[in-house]
Amino acid sequence: MTGYAFTLSGVDLNALASGALFWRAERCLIVSDLHLGKSERMARRAGTLLPPYEVDETLGRLDADIASTGARTIICLGDSFDDLAASELDEPHALWLSRLMAGRRWVWIEGNHDPGPVALGGEHLAEFTLGPLVFRHIARPDASGEVSGHYHPKARLAGQARRCFLIDNRRVIMPAYGTYTGGLLSEAPALATLMEPKALAVLTGKIAQPIPMPR
Amino acid sequence: MRALPSGFHAWFSTRGWDIHPHQQALYDRANEPALLLVAPTGGGKTLAGFLPTLAELSDGGTKGLHTLYISPLKALAADIRRNLTRPVEEMGLPIRIEDRTGDTSYTKRRRQRADPPHILLTTPESLALLLSYEDATRVFAGLSRVIVDEVHALAESKRGDQLMLCLSRLSALSPGLRRVGLSATVENPGAIARFLARNPDPCAIIHADPGPDPDLSMLETDDPPPWAGGGGRYAMGAVLDEVRRHRTTLIFHNTRAQAELFFRDLWLANEEALPIGIHHGSLARAAREKVEAAMVAGELRAVVCTGSLDLGIDWGDVDLVIQVGAPKNVKRLVQRIGRANHRYNAPSKALLVPANRWEVVECQAALEAVREHDLDGDPRGPGPRDVLCQHILIAACSAPFDADALFAEVTSAGPYAALSRTEFDACLEFCATGGYALRAYDQWRRLMLRDGRWSLRDPRSAQSIRMNIGTITDAEMVGVRWQNRMGGQPLGEVEESFASTLTPGDTFLIGGQVVRFVGLREMSLEVTPAPGREPKIAVYSGTKFSTSTQLSARILRMLTASDWPDLPRHTAEWLALQRDVSHLPSPDRLLVESFPAEGRAHLCLYGFMGRAAQQTLGLLLTARMEEEALHPLGFVSTDYATLIWGLDPVADIAPLLDPASLRRGLETWMQGNAVMKRNFRNVALVAGLIARNHPGKRKSGRQATFSSDILYDTLRRYDPDHLLLQVTREEAMRGLVGFGRIEAMLERTKGQIDHLHLDRVTPLAAPLFLEHGRVPVDGAARERILAETAERLMHEAGLAR
Repeated sequence: MTGYAFTLSGVDLNALASGALFWRAERCLIVSDLHLGKSERMARRAGTLLPPYEVDETLGRLDADIASTGARTIICLGDSFDDLAASELDEPHALWLSRLMAGRRWVWIEGNHDPGPVALGGEHLAEFTLGPLVFRHIARPDASGEVSGHYHPKARLAGQARRCFLIDNRRVIMPAYGTYTGGLLSEAPALATLMEPKALAVLTGKIAQPIPMPR
Repeated sequence: MRALPSGFHAWFSTRGWDIHPHQQALYDRANEPALLLVAPTGGGKTLAGFLPTLAELSDGGTKGLHTLYISPLKALAADIRRNLTRPVEEMGLPIRIEDRTGDTSYTKRRRQRADPPHILLTTPESLALLLSYEDATRVFAGLSRVIVDEVHALAESKRGDQLMLCLSRLSALSPGLRRVGLSATVENPGAIARFLARNPDPCAIIHADPGPDPDLSMLETDDPPPWAGGGGRYAMGAVLDEVRRHRTTLIFHNTRAQAELFFRDLWLANEEALPIGIHHGSLARAAREKVEAAMVAGELRAVVCTGSLDLGIDWGDVDLVIQVGAPKNVKRLVQRIGRANHRYNAPSKALLVPANRWEVVECQAALEAVREHDLDGDPRGPGPRDVLCQHILIAACSAPFDADALFAEVTSAGPYAALSRTEFDACLEFCATGGYALRAYDQWRRLMLRDGRWSLRDPRSAQSIRMNIGTITDAEMVGVRWQNRMGGQPLGEVEESFASTLTPGDTFLIGGQVVRFVGLREMSLEVTPAPGREPKIAVYSGTKFSTSTQLSARILRMLTASDWPDLPRHTAEWLALQRDVSHLPSPDRLLVESFPAEGRAHLCLYGFMGRAAQQTLGLLLTARMEEEALHPLGFVSTDYATLIWGLDPVADIAPLLDPASLRRGLETWMQGNAVMKRNFRNVALVAGLIARNHPGKRKSGRQATFSSDILYDTLRRYDPDHLLLQVTREEAMRGLVGFGRIEAMLERTKGQIDHLHLDRVTPLAAPLFLEHGRVPVDGAARERILAETAERLMHEAGLAR
């Protein structure tokens, strides 16, 4: 398991190259913005027929991360589903997700795409506090010890743009974990104002690669 | 011989004109279903095309649309309207002529559909849009003739394939529709005729008198051209002398960036302040129109330009064409030369300016090819299926259709004559369901079968389909304009990828001016003038042509000569030296040289396959060398050779060139290749999988690129035989990847390899050391570069741990 180890509010965390965050002491795996069912929603709304394989792809990676970390608690930081209708996964995917959920604590945080309980097991919360950390979908400017998602941050380095974690002394903004998700470059004002001047961007990919956050 | 209506003769004679034989021939045969006129520039092609229409409309008894004229350029449509209006008015003919392009106002376009003119001048995209409306049947019901201008240019692109599909639609709406194609001189007019005519209609080819041979030579300069590079700036003084000596000169460049650089230097050298302009496709429309107007008015002594002036518009008084850089393609060179002396039966005068030493050889070969009328061109494969997918969606927008009828219609289009029903059904399936193997849910349907006819499941999707009509998927461009306090006028556009590298304060060249980037505002770059500063260069992609197969073969034949009296001495001596210390490449053998240089082992392979294929061979060979633990570090390619460097010398090249293993390597390489992803994006845009324009908002280029890359990866994994992946692979093999030319080279040389091991750099290999575009070998290197850069940044920021 390759990752970038850092500390937030006294908690040792590991930003994994896959885009998930692991809290070893709690055996807790955090992922954000899965956007499951995006192709299905696109087909339903816009009439564009994207390849319908992104649920397999996203669940496949989540399955692998759970297996390699041995996580007992999973926190999905919101926008887990592309909309509430998309949360009604078809049977094979629903079964796959149930198998992942079985025997684990599973927390669904509400996002702007999936505001409200979905027809799945687990806990459904607007936000969630565990130890000194608070987990919510959208970062609040005054928060600390906060882990959030929503922005799908990306950073550019050596001509490549990669999804990334944004990390400073007060917060972590997670990259989108879902397959069909665009991103917002770290230079964007929304991200630049949230993060402290000394913030890092941890690029995902084959290895987790920290750089000073590009602004 | 049919006689023209009487008024026509009077008009011709008041102007002192005689009808040209080819104009008469076209008029005599005007009732044939399809005709192709091949004529040089200035041969009165357009009038030839329109004479039958004017005659048929002269009695005033026709209501509604009679003739549709289609040109690849918007500007040409407007230009032709002006030129045609004059004889119509002077002869007092009761004919209404209008043009319709993306620039035509909304109200005018609506009115044109309600009350079409007799003659409508338009572009392929505007026609496709017209055909997508519910009233297409009514608008086109009485259409009698269609004239396709510059059909040779259209036949080389998807725009032409789309147009031919549209014509098949028109022929169905108006049986008896006659087609006329107007073409410049091409190597294979039969292919253009088959492309144009309704399959299996015959299409007679009428050749106009080609006129006298051009007066063509290489520009002689005091200094020999440099060893490498592309701008031709060493020849600035000589070019300026020629401009002085002629009335009006067109100076063609192969790329926009080179045109910009050349123009700037020309201005610096232009002490007499001769009026010289610049014209290329990335300049703002107003800027281009200004140059065009000044040109027509005879106010300019020279225009530095690119392919944007290859076609159409009559430039009046051009008496010299200068081509800077090797022409790469004889046919295009001939067409460019034809821009000079746009008068019938006057020889065109043109000069070639090789940009570097190698291009002297290539220019000489091109010169001989022009003299021998040996034109080149690669036959295009069958019509691409992504264009067909778009056509099916457009058909569904207009009205519910029957699949059998549409199939019959589509196969009447020349490029799709050989399309199988299975292939057609796969395209229809893609349009209806996305063509995915899994899960055909109801919502996975864009088209639905109702009472035996296919129609849009949601009629509202027609708007999105209409907004994305077209097959031009150039790099995403970002507008450039003056800062508001400077007036805010647009200057032109640059590629988004270039724009993203700019930080405020950076300078670049556009329209011949150095400007400073101030900031981004409403998706445009705001700039201020920065005279005298050294500019970064705006990069424009998509214009790097490969030298054609025929021209490459001619160069190889030329190299087998015992001496080269026609070449300048510096170049002949260079070739002779190469022959002394190594070999010269020859048509039926492959020359490979190994030598040490700069502390590395080098390998130079002279394939003469054009830049794209040499580049692909570089990628494939370095991958094979990696497998064999030969530690390649990088490579660089030109149109004639690839130079590879690494830690270990290659003892024997032959096993690395085994076609089967190269092909295997190609499959692996194509999976993750950026070229393939870009290709896929274009295919996905044309086929309607992803949309560039959404009702209400425009998706930025970066978002589109991002999602299409992921779609490509996902499809490769889960649905590798998906229609769009098939189309992407086909295109890559033909075009950018050029694997076909690698196979042709291996076939040509049949394993006859001269692999020489030498102790130093050879004369022919030396220029490659100066080439731009060195490619580091991919793989672990990419992650390593990333990691090293990251560590350096962390260290500099004091964050290293």
